[in-house]
Amino acid sequence: MSAIYILWLRELKRYTRSRAQIIASLGQPMLYLLVLGFGLNPVFKRAGYGSYFQFIAPGVIGMSVLFSSIFSGLGLLWDRQFGFLKETLVAPVPRIQIMIGRTLGGCTVAVIQGLLVLTICLISGFRPASWVAIPVAVGFMVLIAMLFAALGVIFGSSLQDMQGFQLIMNFLVLPIYFLSGAMFPLTNQGKILGFITALDPLSYGIDGMRSVLLSAATFRPAFGIGIDLSVLIGVGTILLILGAWRFSKIEA
Amino acid sequence: MIRVQNLVKTFGSFTAVDDVSFQVEAGEIFAFLGPNGAGKTTTIKMLTTLLHPTSGSIQLDGLDPKTHQNQVRQRFGIVFQDPSLDGDLTAWENMEIHGVLYHVQHKIRRQRSEELLKLFELWDRRDDQVKKFSGGMKRRLEIARGFLHTPKILFLDEPTLGLDPQSRNQLWSHVKRVNETENVTVMLTTHYMDEADRVAHRVGIIDHGKLVKQGTPAEIKNQTETASLEDAFLKLTGSTIRDESAGSADQMRQFAKMWQQQRR
Repeated sequence: MSAIYILWLRELKRYTRSRAQIIASLGQPMLYLLVLGFGLNPVFKRAGYGSYFQFIAPGVIGMSVLFSSIFSGLGLLWDRQFGFLKETLVAPVPRIQIMIGRTLGGCTVAVIQGLLVLTICLISGFRPASWVAIPVAVGFMVLIAMLFAALGVIFGSSLQDMQGFQLIMNFLVLPIYFLSGAMFPLTNQGKILGFITALDPLSYGIDGMRSVLLSAATFRPAFGIGIDLSVLIGVGTILLILGAWRFSKIEA
Repeated sequence: MIRVQNLVKTFGSFTAVDDVSFQVEAGEIFAFLGPNGAGKTTTIKMLTTLLHPTSGSIQLDGLDPKTHQNQVRQRFGIVFQDPSLDGDLTAWENMEIHGVLYHVQHKIRRQRSEELLKLFELWDRRDDQVKKFSGGMKRRLEIARGFLHTPKILFLDEPTLGLDPQSRNQLWSHVKRVNETENVTVMLTTHYMDEADRVAHRVGIIDHGKLVKQGTPAEIKNQTETASLEDAFLKLTGSTIRDESAGSADQMRQFAKMWQQQRR
């Protein structure tokens, strides 16, 4: 247990120490939130969907949790490069504990990141349907973070070097984001796009967050909270098991 | 303490370690010498559970690393050839993580960390992030960390690479001391033949994945009719320079350097 704790703590310390990185990582969500959120607001309203700013805020929170958690898993690549990975791999600790410690650390960081973006949303005028909804939304953030941290571990254990990083960014992370309905409503979509978005686990996370944060009058859920929760938990568990298995196979 | 029989490791069609057998007795200091790319590090990686052998058997303290991975890991300490510290953490935090991962009790951990950091003259800088350290300081910290959990077997893979003569002497006298007082078995690799001659009880010379000679430094010098271990080494392994193909880890390191320079 102490191994899990110390590796969790390590992720947290690394995060809090890189202040420049924290600020930098808030830049992108703020662009989406403030520029797109206010920029597309009039068009969205005219189409009868209500406030676009209200609509996009949970999507932007989901985005920052997605990026932060998936990169924490891919952080394995950095640890491999700077050698720290080997130090943990030869330690007399079951690999599963090392994987759990890292993943929990990555999740915690991702959720903190999500909370920071939520704070920015609230400051810039986002209002949840009720304040009680916030803790439930945080629960969704945790589920999103777990799922994608595990996905990051799977890729981080399988890749040998940074060359694959751009590939993952462009063919995995960005599609997951754009196809999740973070920026557009998933209801009334065409068959093909509707099918693809339903395959994206992040769709369920953001749909869940919107269902709790937005009032029923302005937002119609695409799947419903029950389905959202089952998909996130189910897929998350599968990916965690796969991640643990891939991690146990690493040779340095 | 270490028993290796007919060890083979192949990567695709390339045979990195070819039918190597040797034994290291408890309390012995064994130097594993060989030119670049001879298979030293690959052998050490197999001994330390980082790589699975293609065939052959390994026993550390009577245990097979394949079946008793964690018991084996508890028994050895290793100083890697390339850095394995977390640069964002302080020297003290790096020691702490190591101590926790190796189940060293809290009180003993603090006491030993303090002793070791003082011994390797890093105590004043214990709260500085490791990335601010010089190459030599990082090396000393890795060595201090390797001693933290009082291993039965210590693997040192080119530990003196990049150290000044002062630190080298300090390191070897400490290795000798723990070898004598705590009866730690040591297996080391180095390119400095005079160090191997001075420190090691027995020497094994590996070339192209094959173990070509084993014995005490005196025996090897006698058998090859040379005056120094360096001459013996050159006589046994020839004087052509070896090309070592860059592994993916080296490529990544290069990539990281490029990237860091761009950021500056």
